[in-house]
Amino acid sequence: MAPSICAVCQTNRALILRPKNHQKLCKPCFISVFEAEIHHTITTNSLFHRGERIAVGASGGKDSTVLASVLKTLNERYDYGVELILLSIDEGIKGYRDDSLETVKRNAKQYGMPLTILGYDELYGWTMDQVVEQVGKKGNCTYCGVFRRQALDRGAAKLGVRHVVTGHNADDVAETVLMNLLRGDLPRLSRTTSIVTSTPSIVPSSPETTSHTNIKRSKPLKYAYEKEIVLYAHHKNLDYFSTECLYSPEAFRGSARALIKNLERVRPSAILDVVRSGEDMAKLVPGGNDNCGNGCGGQATLVEEEEGGCGSSNGRTTGGEMASMEQQLVQSEAAAEGGLEVEITTAASKSPNPPDSDVIPLVTGKKGKKLKGPPHGTRKQPARQTMGQCARCGYLSSQDICKACVLLEGLNKNRPKNSIEVTYDIPEEASLNGNTVVNGVQQLSLGPD
Amino acid sequence: MSAASTEDVVPITVEFSGGLEMLFSNERKHKLSIAAKDESGLNSNVAFLVRYLCDNLMKDPRKDLFVLDGTVCVVPEHVLSPALTIQRRPGILVLINDADWELEGEDKYEIQKGDNILFVSTLHGG
Repeated sequence: MAPSICAVCQTNRALILRPKNHQKLCKPCFISVFEAEIHHTITTNSLFHRGERIAVGASGGKDSTVLASVLKTLNERYDYGVELILLSIDEGIKGYRDDSLETVKRNAKQYGMPLTILGYDELYGWTMDQVVEQVGKKGNCTYCGVFRRQALDRGAAKLGVRHVVTGHNADDVAETVLMNLLRGDLPRLSRTTSIVTSTPSIVPSSPETTSHTNIKRSKPLKYAYEKEIVLYAHHKNLDYFSTECLYSPEAFRGSARALIKNLERVRPSAILDVVRSGEDMAKLVPGGNDNCGNGCGGQATLVEEEEGGCGSSNGRTTGGEMASMEQQLVQSEAAAEGGLEVEITTAASKSPNPPDSDVIPLVTGKKGKKLKGPPHGTRKQPARQTMGQCARCGYLSSQDICKACVLLEGLNKNRPKNSIEVTYDIPEEASLNGNTVVNGVQQLSLGPD
Repeated sequence: MSAASTEDVVPITVEFSGGLEMLFSNERKHKLSIAAKDESGLNSNVAFLVRYLCDNLMKDPRKDLFVLDGTVCVVPEHVLSPALTIQRRPGILVLINDADWELEGEDKYEIQKGDNILFVSTLHGG
């Protein structure tokens, strides 16, 4: 094959074939086009404002490493005037996170950004290793995903940061769109396609006390192809760490992921097309928060723990992701947000079931089973959903008890099983109503600090 | 291989990253000499290299993480059309001397002396 010439500079040999438009680019032109497009995404969506402190959710993986690098470059080049810091979550998986956290530490030095690492054990009293010991390898991704999402917000609050950026790319978003389509969850589709989401507090926090309930989230790489992210990391010689999560060995087979990748092979623009379709469909969702699609950045979509499974490697698992999907369905409030809720709750108000148990009847069996945990007696509220705070930990939740606390309750309840069967049954009952989760081993107080 | 004279082999560098190195003894960089001609006497191309890597370099049994149809690697003679039957897992990028292999003829690219061929997985999370 004759060497191709770069379509932009018409001089250098082309090394990159852009998936979205088949443009052939040389290395310098590719890097500058890639950065320009992220800049475009940031400015057209008004993601940042001057003086903002922004935490980059950093895993040491390619997406967050590229994100941190590009944001640093752009912040300097275009003078956004934002302060960037790195925030890493340590799930407590031996042999997995250790190496990637070392990568993040190197990144912190390379990019001159302060780094904070927050562990699940500090936050929840459980490392993922302990969770897996408890619940087994199947479905543990649910715990990981729910914990991680809150962990980033909590970490941000701890740092006095109101904005967290994550490395979700176009492939991730396309995959989420497909998954939500496949399970018929348009409200969630609406939320997950938004480039900006936020978890606003019902009570505005005073300037002194940062509440972790109004953290803004955005995805500056939303329109960037995974392939280009990898190529950018390669051509910029970025230091990133790749590993398969030890607890999701089947991750390679992620079904929605594979579907997306196969679509890309047939027609590379399919990924962005799916993202755009998702945005367009989101506009049609009644009362959807994202009526402006990918536009007006001033409007953030209210969101609550929409991304299950592996946060940064969202959807890279089969078992875990599907389990987390089920778990998300269990979180009934999330499926019935905004305008759609009005219809559903009024229709279901006569039934003693949770309002939206009609939404996805196929999983009611599982739902019934899983709903045992949380007390949901006070959920017969007016149709319009109100986001409040978790009675236990204060995290934003539309239910009395947030997802993480529900999961923790289950964990803590079962923890003694490993050692002694009977002894701890009674204290567990007592813990149901309190703000404190009691278990045989330790006492957790999940205050909003 | 050992008996082959220098005319019969092509020295190349093969690199794995993005997690693929796990399948190849955790070594990122491998200096190899592959046969200049494939089984049918044609100049060795990337499809041949992929088969070679499966058969010779990959100690990990999870061949399906590198190629789509693991059995193909074991019995390469049965391959009628390498483009159809030998497929890398979707999500692995191949760079030939830093250039996207799609610009170089994909698996039909004929390997040259001193080539650097990089396989990068895009699927691994962080």
